[in-house]
Amino acid sequence: MKPAKFTYHTPDSLEAAFQLLGEYGDEAKIIAGGQSLIPVMNLRLAQPEHLIDINAINGLSQIREEGDIITIGALSRHREIETSALLKERLPLLPEAAMRIGHLAIRNRGTIGGSLSNADPAAEWSLMAFLMDADIEITSARGTRMADITDFIQSVYTSDLSADEILTAVKFPPIAPGEGWAVCRISRRAGDFAIVSVATTICLDTSGAIENLRLCIGGMDVTPVRISHVEHAAVGQMPNEAWIKSAAEVASGIGSPESDMHASAEYRREMAAHLTAEALREALKRCGGGA
Amino acid sequence: MKKVAITLNINNRDVDMLVEPRKLLSDAIREDARLTGTHVGCEHGVCGACTVLVDGKPQRSCLTFAVQTQGKAITTIEAVKGNNDGYSALQQALHEEHGLQCGFCTPGIIVTFEAYLKENTNPTEDEIRDVLSGNLCRCTGYQNIIRAIQKAAAVMRGETPGAAK
Repeated sequence: MKPAKFTYHTPDSLEAAFQLLGEYGDEAKIIAGGQSLIPVMNLRLAQPEHLIDINAINGLSQIREEGDIITIGALSRHREIETSALLKERLPLLPEAAMRIGHLAIRNRGTIGGSLSNADPAAEWSLMAFLMDADIEITSARGTRMADITDFIQSVYTSDLSADEILTAVKFPPIAPGEGWAVCRISRRAGDFAIVSVATTICLDTSGAIENLRLCIGGMDVTPVRISHVEHAAVGQMPNEAWIKSAAEVASGIGSPESDMHASAEYRREMAAHLTAEALREALKRCGGGA
Repeated sequence: MKKVAITLNINNRDVDMLVEPRKLLSDAIREDARLTGTHVGCEHGVCGACTVLVDGKPQRSCLTFAVQTQGKAITTIEAVKGNNDGYSALQQALHEEHGLQCGFCTPGIIVTFEAYLKENTNPTEDEIRDVLSGNLCRCTGYQNIIRAIQKAAAVMRGETPGAAK
């Protein structure tokens, strides 16, 4: 099918974009990469009257590190994150997650800001942002504000973005040297959204006990979920198979997964346990700088 | 809806056209530039038949509006060729390895891998399969396409093909 009619705007500055947003409000939609928006426009599930294309606005696509904070501009393409030398070194989970988004042609166009604004709970960037406690930079004519990811993504396709605001950047902490990490997912076909996905980071102390753990699971609830009681209880534990199995069991009980055309709730729970164990084992192998 | 006058650079040629903003790049290429080698399948980014190069990078022309691609270099299947206007190494390999039957998906696959094999001159089979996952083919079962891409990569590296497994 073909998209419905709209008026097309190409502001070349944020100020000009805010003016258009102020003028058209709910009738306007921001387009960045368009890889989620144009499909639903083609299917006429979305019919915005005004399309505000932010691709001509400079300064929104940088990836840089400043004082232990990695800032990724909203217009950074998935493929730019996948191939970023800085991220491969400082936050290798992100290039790994990017590789699993759609297909090469989609990744060349789609953006991290667009994906997070869309607030799809199965999206790779939602999982990464929840795992790493990312901060979302939101700009409007009223100024710039920061939102914690847990406040920003509220539910399925529901974010804390007002009609006059634009997501302008995402801020991540880098992982520590020697910190292990893993991103595991299951989908029916390459390029599909994940049915269940698990991401983790693990820091060990010199005795081999767990010093710090992040563990996040997607596909089990309306947003990705940090398994915080496992994270807290893990500190000081030796990461042996018994511990991995107990963490996996907790993961299978998280959230309230639904049965749908992709998988039953029971299957999701089984996969949650399986992927959690796999992710923890993989991350432990990487601890201390192992490949 | 008012049409807008735009100029697209397609295969190193400037094409003037009058289009509604909602016109997809895929339709502008086919209907306005009259280049019908770019095929339209699913029209929501899944099948990969409409893949073209925008500034050298594979993109879905059904997930881009024509008005968004002014000032960019668009390359379609019509511009893919080898020496003396013959087949490119990839086209020749697809021919030799029987990498197509009906041919509907073929332009998208060729355009994607003409770009990818420049970036990764010696891809593993897994890497080829991963990239090829963005192009649906309902005829071949993919095996012959993968063989052809391996063969083309070898030829482009200056090796003697036949070594392709």
